[in-house]
Amino acid sequence: MSIAKPWIAIRPRRLPLSFRVDRRVPGVLVVMASLTLVSLLFNVSQGEYPVPFLEVVKAVLGFPSTPDYDLVVNTLRLPRALVALLVGMGLATAGTILQGLTRNPLAAPEIIGINAGASLVAVALIVALPQVGTAWLPPAAFLGGLGTAVAIYLLAWNGGSSPMRLILVGIGLTALTSTLTSLMITFGELDTVSQALMWLAGSVYGRSWPQLGALLPWLVLFLPLSLVLARDLDTLNLGDSLAQGLGSRVEWTRGLLLLCSVALAGASVATAGNVGFVGLMAPHLGRQLVGPSHAGLIPVAALTGACIVEVAEIVGRLAFAPIELPCGLMTAVIGAPYFLWLLYRTRNQ
Amino acid sequence: MLQALFRFDGSTEHLIIRTVRLPRAILAVVVGAALAVAGAITQGLSRNPLAAPDILGINMGASLALVLAIFLYGGGDHHVGFAFGGAAISALTVYWLGSLGRSGLTPLKLVIAGSAIGYLLSSLTSGILILSQRTLDEIRYWLAGSLAGQDLDTMLSVFPYIAVGLVASLALGRELTLMSLGEDVAQGLGMKTAWVKVGAAIAVVLLAGSAVALAGPIGFVGLVVPHVVRFLVGADYRWIVPYSMILGAILLSVADLASRLVIRPQELPAGIMTAIVGAPFFIHLARSKMKR
Repeated sequence: MSIAKPWIAIRPRRLPLSFRVDRRVPGVLVVMASLTLVSLLFNVSQGEYPVPFLEVVKAVLGFPSTPDYDLVVNTLRLPRALVALLVGMGLATAGTILQGLTRNPLAAPEIIGINAGASLVAVALIVALPQVGTAWLPPAAFLGGLGTAVAIYLLAWNGGSSPMRLILVGIGLTALTSTLTSLMITFGELDTVSQALMWLAGSVYGRSWPQLGALLPWLVLFLPLSLVLARDLDTLNLGDSLAQGLGSRVEWTRGLLLLCSVALAGASVATAGNVGFVGLMAPHLGRQLVGPSHAGLIPVAALTGACIVEVAEIVGRLAFAPIELPCGLMTAVIGAPYFLWLLYRTRNQ
Repeated sequence: MLQALFRFDGSTEHLIIRTVRLPRAILAVVVGAALAVAGAITQGLSRNPLAAPDILGINMGASLALVLAIFLYGGGDHHVGFAFGGAAISALTVYWLGSLGRSGLTPLKLVIAGSAIGYLLSSLTSGILILSQRTLDEIRYWLAGSLAGQDLDTMLSVFPYIAVGLVASLALGRELTLMSLGEDVAQGLGMKTAWVKVGAAIAVVLLAGSAVALAGPIGFVGLVVPHVVRFLVGADYRWIVPYSMILGAILLSVADLASRLVIRPQELPAGIMTAIVGAPFFIHLARSKMKR
């Protein structure tokens, strides 16, 4: 056989792990990583007060630069761009896991209502207990998302759960939770409400190092965990009974994967609000790039998500300057047509 | 109170009733009736228990068009024509997307297409509102679905459309009953289904568009009422349409009353009240009707 093996196996000596990824993965990863880096740098350098590329790199790496550049880059733009990056990664990974778990290409945290549940709790926290710090937002939003996910699962359980009922119940719950959110907004104190509104639109405006610090641990913990679980996700994808036959503890791994997905989505939503459609788009683009095997798909999708949010952020900041559009709006404007196109393409399945 | 209507004497109480409360009550009745009938027709046409103008994004289309009109041409008079246009375009798009593919119009596809379109349209709406502070000021309360602060003149200018829509729906009752048996059956019984569809679609657009123009996107009336009515009078649309009218009017009036009284002196937008009742009902329907 002269055909090259389509797989690369990675087996670290020390750790009881092995990954089998598509041949295309390393190349695609490098390309996506550099794209993300370029968009990050572009995002930091452009704006009301442009900073040359080289100065950006110098300021970031801590070389002596003018104090102006240092302030603009390190205090204002860099943390914000990094938050956008992490949010994109978190949402994309959450979406990838959810699509794998439900075996439904249209599932995503924002469609199923996990984001709406997370927003409800976070808005309640902002409006009702404004003195609580930003560090508490991610765990609160995580609990909100988790509560919603559990509620959806239980409500959709009718002598067995079906993906279709899962989605419909999710849409219903989204309507309910977003109504409760707007209730909060109608009756809160005015200044906290405007803060909550800005946050709800899905924006990284004014995010700085503290928010980045609150978000980072969640990604550091749950991204590698998702990666380790990728193999189990592949097995689950074959169907419950087959996965059981292959020796997978189905309910246990499914629960753990769901936890990862909700944690990533919740932490991202807590930091940047409703940045929609990233969790839907990124996995699909990733699958087109490297195929459906999750060990390769998860990192590629995460970088794709990061790239999408960075680009949305750039467009939102620059398109109507000096007015800023929140990047959640931009992702919806790009994402909803993409979603409809997906619906169109999968029409005969 | 009756005196204020029949023997108006100019006292404060009479003025309040005549200029504030009466228009508002009439509005609740009319909008409730329009939304409920629009929902009944949508459900009959698509043979889909989860269909309703708000779930399918039709209300969002009308809202976006109205916001756009106010953004472009300024406020003041209501741009009802825009609401109709927006409602029609989003209805067509969602219907087309939902009926793609071999399996035809399935409830799941219709609802998913509707919610995605709705998400897109409301994002665009909030984009316009962020760009234009002025539009936001004029429209903020209206967007939550509220019955407050409409005067009789604007209402009177929209009522004819609603009247036409309601009459058309009543007239189409028999045909809709046949259609709900399935399009093949209806054709077999000698009906021109295409014309019925067009007529019913126009009625839905007129009703939903003018309801949104008057009171903002009030959700779930169009979803809940037809089910309650079907439970009461069976599957015959000659009865469903008029009963939906009455029950829709009652539901929205009660919701409005509740929204004014629950947390006095403030008031909730009526749309929030209907959603709090309606969303659990939607979940219940999804649980019970979707056995597949």
